[in-house]
Amino acid sequence: MTGSLALFRRELRLAWSGGGGAALPVGFFAAASSMTPFAVGSDTSALQTAGPGVIWIALALSSLLPMERLFQADLEDGTLDAYASSGLAMEGVALAKTLAHWLATGIPLALTAPLLWIMLQGAPEASLLVAGAAMVGTLAFFFFGSVGAGLAAGMRRGGLLIALVTLPLYVPTMIFGAAALDAMAGGLDWVGPLMLTGSAALFGLATSPFGAAMALRMALD
Amino acid sequence: MTGAGALSAMITIDGLAASRGLRVLFEGLSLSIGPGEVIELRGPNGSGKSTLLRILAGLTRPYAGAVRMNGAAADGGLHYLGHLDAVKPSETAAEQARFWARFFGHDPLMAASAMKRVGLSSRADVPGRGLSAGQKRRLALARLLLDPRPVWLLDEPAAALDTDGRRLAGELVEEHRAGGGVVIAAIHGEGFSGARVVDLSDLKAKARP
Repeated sequence: MTGSLALFRRELRLAWSGGGGAALPVGFFAAASSMTPFAVGSDTSALQTAGPGVIWIALALSSLLPMERLFQADLEDGTLDAYASSGLAMEGVALAKTLAHWLATGIPLALTAPLLWIMLQGAPEASLLVAGAAMVGTLAFFFFGSVGAGLAAGMRRGGLLIALVTLPLYVPTMIFGAAALDAMAGGLDWVGPLMLTGSAALFGLATSPFGAAMALRMALD
Repeated sequence: MTGAGALSAMITIDGLAASRGLRVLFEGLSLSIGPGEVIELRGPNGSGKSTLLRILAGLTRPYAGAVRMNGAAADGGLHYLGHLDAVKPSETAAEQARFWARFFGHDPLMAASAMKRVGLSSRADVPGRGLSAGQKRRLALARLLLDPRPVWLLDEPAAALDTDGRRLAGELVEEHRAGGGVVIAAIHGEGFSGARVVDLSDLKAKARP
């Protein structure tokens, strides 16, 4: 327990100090969403229709970006060996690392979402809800992503494998999340879809540390 | 064979074989290691020294046979220092020592004395990327001092260390041994005094049809 906590604090510090771990995903998220008006036209209703979907696709892809390095650096420099041989359960390592990376990168992504929402002609009143939905969504994306990150650890150029393994796991979260934003935009009941997004996140939180730990033990063997 | 007697053995290795990919590296290793013993693993490159240490650390599964940790070794755990130093490039040496102290559930203040012991006090504020290979090795050795654990598994502990550093590693091992600890080290050069030598090339797996 103390080990996981120390590990969590270290990961947060490393994520912030290592040249701002959030800058690349957030930049990618903003850039990808900003392309929409060029592709679908600047017509307000067209942007409003495309907006929720675009934001969720961009959010999912941006959440994939940090996954390649999630365990790779620790595996390459021997840190993972030290963690694993210390007696700390690998599940604790995976949980602490993923949670820290979500805080350091997922939260900034979620906070960027309302800006892009407004840029895509979404109702400004819904900004807070958009940020909340994105927060829940990135939590799901980061935890499902950690399983792919574990499987790809120790592989050269494992990023493609991460995308192949992880993107199908992102689909339910994306459907519910986009439905919630759609409902917000249309003035319909958004609580139901948001709850389902949350249930996907909780499912990821509860199961993926086991999957990631199993994959990491295989990578070390 | 059983130097310290099977009764008080901290580590019992029974008919162990290790493989790497499709190749069996060694087989039929049986060993019983008691408190206060230093084991020197010898053998040419690729004979399975590092793999044996990884098996003992619980990182790699054996091809056959079993390892049992008894008594203090089962309760207190072990330190594994692989050939990688687990040094982070962006954290300073002192930060990393403090992290490991916290990780092992101790006061981070004890990091300072460990840093002093391994001769890194003057480099405390240097980030990992600014440390030389030998200094990184010393930082890895500091980890041994940040939590008292009965079993030390060391993969080439003297690699990259200067004369002074080698003397330091020898002293640490001797102190640990004197305190009833077990040290198992893969070694190429000069060994530790009073160590029991286990040569893995004697256990080289025979070619199978």
